[in-house]
Amino acid sequence: MIVAGCDIGSLSAKAVIMSNGNILASHVIYAKPEPEELAREVMDGALKKAGISMDEIKYSIATGYGRNHVPFTNGSESEIACHGRGAQWIMPDVRMVIDIGGQDAKAIRLNENGNVIRYAYNDKCASGTGRFLEIMAGALDVELEEMGEISLRARNPVTISNQCVVFAETEIISLINEGRDLSDIISGLHRSMAHRVASLAKSIELEATITMTGGVAKNKGMFTALKEALGVEIRKMEADPQIMGALGAALFARQAVSGNKQA
Amino acid sequence: MIVAGCDVGSLTSKAVVLNSSRILGQVIIKSGFKPEESAHQVMEEALSRAGLSMKDIGFCVGTGYGRDRIPFVGKSVSEIACHAKGAQLLMPTARTVIDIGGQDCKAIKLDAKGNVVKFFTNDKCAAGTGRFLEVMAKILGISLDELGTLSRQARSPLSLASTCTVWAQAEVIHHLNARKSKADIASAVNQAMAGRVAILARSVGIEKDVCMTGGVAKNTGVVSALEKQLNVNIRRLRTDPQIVGALGAAVFAKQRMEGA
Repeated sequence: MIVAGCDIGSLSAKAVIMSNGNILASHVIYAKPEPEELAREVMDGALKKAGISMDEIKYSIATGYGRNHVPFTNGSESEIACHGRGAQWIMPDVRMVIDIGGQDAKAIRLNENGNVIRYAYNDKCASGTGRFLEIMAGALDVELEEMGEISLRARNPVTISNQCVVFAETEIISLINEGRDLSDIISGLHRSMAHRVASLAKSIELEATITMTGGVAKNKGMFTALKEALGVEIRKMEADPQIMGALGAALFARQAVSGNKQA
Repeated sequence: MIVAGCDVGSLTSKAVVLNSSRILGQVIIKSGFKPEESAHQVMEEALSRAGLSMKDIGFCVGTGYGRDRIPFVGKSVSEIACHAKGAQLLMPTARTVIDIGGQDCKAIKLDAKGNVVKFFTNDKCAAGTGRFLEVMAKILGISLDELGTLSRQARSPLSLASTCTVWAQAEVIHHLNARKSKADIASAVNQAMAGRVAILARSVGIEKDVCMTGGVAKNTGVVSALEKQLNVNIRRLRTDPQIVGALGAAVFAKQRMEGA
């Protein structure tokens, strides 16, 4: 039985195709303004990798902020439920997921069945979301994907005193003008962001085992900074952390068909 | 007895030269990178307008975010105290002052003598500060002044759902792409700005008369949106609202000379 999950986020779109409890293919592309077109494109990419066609998909579920604009799915699920479900399927002992998306951050606590028992969410303030790093990358004229690597060279990380993205951007421009090292600035930015995300996670109480999902989880500097800010260990996601939402959606699709999540 | 006040803010620096209660010279300039230099420049210009030189000044008080780096002042006083004091000189009946600066916003409750009774300030979040308007004006490709005048031509009301400047900016871009008129967008920006400031103003408790200080007080769109949201008349000051902090600093200088 073949099922699919499609996660339409603000910055990227993800699709996962599963066959009989295995991941057949996954695909990630950058977002574009038209959500319908975006959904088709990412799903086509995944179908191509899997070597199958759309009519072979028995059931599919959409998630993410554009989930209601996906034309071909059978239903939709919240990102929170999907990230929890996906992460725990990969790592069964996970009880807390910290997901940093392009425009939000979530801390999710799960029970042993992968169901959400508590969560905290920020999409009101850009600080502590992927957008923070995106704007800072622009101001520093580096690629978002390079930030993690560059930050590992930091000797003397700066302290960013502003939480607000707008004010922090001005602050780092002064730091550049003062001649501060790029790696020290980026490392300081990761710490500042980690502090913000850690407060969100602590608001629902930390529970081991903790893992990180979302594109930002691939940033090594951010991963370490978050571990330090939380003061506890975080287990590295044992699959691409960016596809966890789409994977969770595929798992919900499978459950819908079989009526049993263990199927 | 001639005194002066110097207000070095994040975006602009202001100086006022005062003889008893009469303003002899007032100047506003853009702040440079060094507060010391901005302070010197603005004070020199204010003195030259007054036809005076530094040695004629009996006492000078500094205020604003760069106040501790002004070399020629005898004392520095908080912006909150200065805005209250300056507003009270211009409008003795003022009991609430809403000051919107380039990077912060304050709601101040004062007594009949211009002393601060209570205040709330936001300098943590750009929403509800001059910075919010600056970001939006830039995206709209218009000046800060136009943002106020343009909003009066708004025909079909729009609104911004986000508080955060970053998200609101994305909404403005979305409206522009949807070919909404700049006047309608400008109005939505001013409404959003007023909404944020109103929360701060309500938390301090609105008591009449209400006046506004700081550069944003010149934006008629924000002022009238705020009047509607607070359901109160905001009385206009008889001078440039942007110099009120510097004026208040000068009043403190005068009181110091009088030994009060």
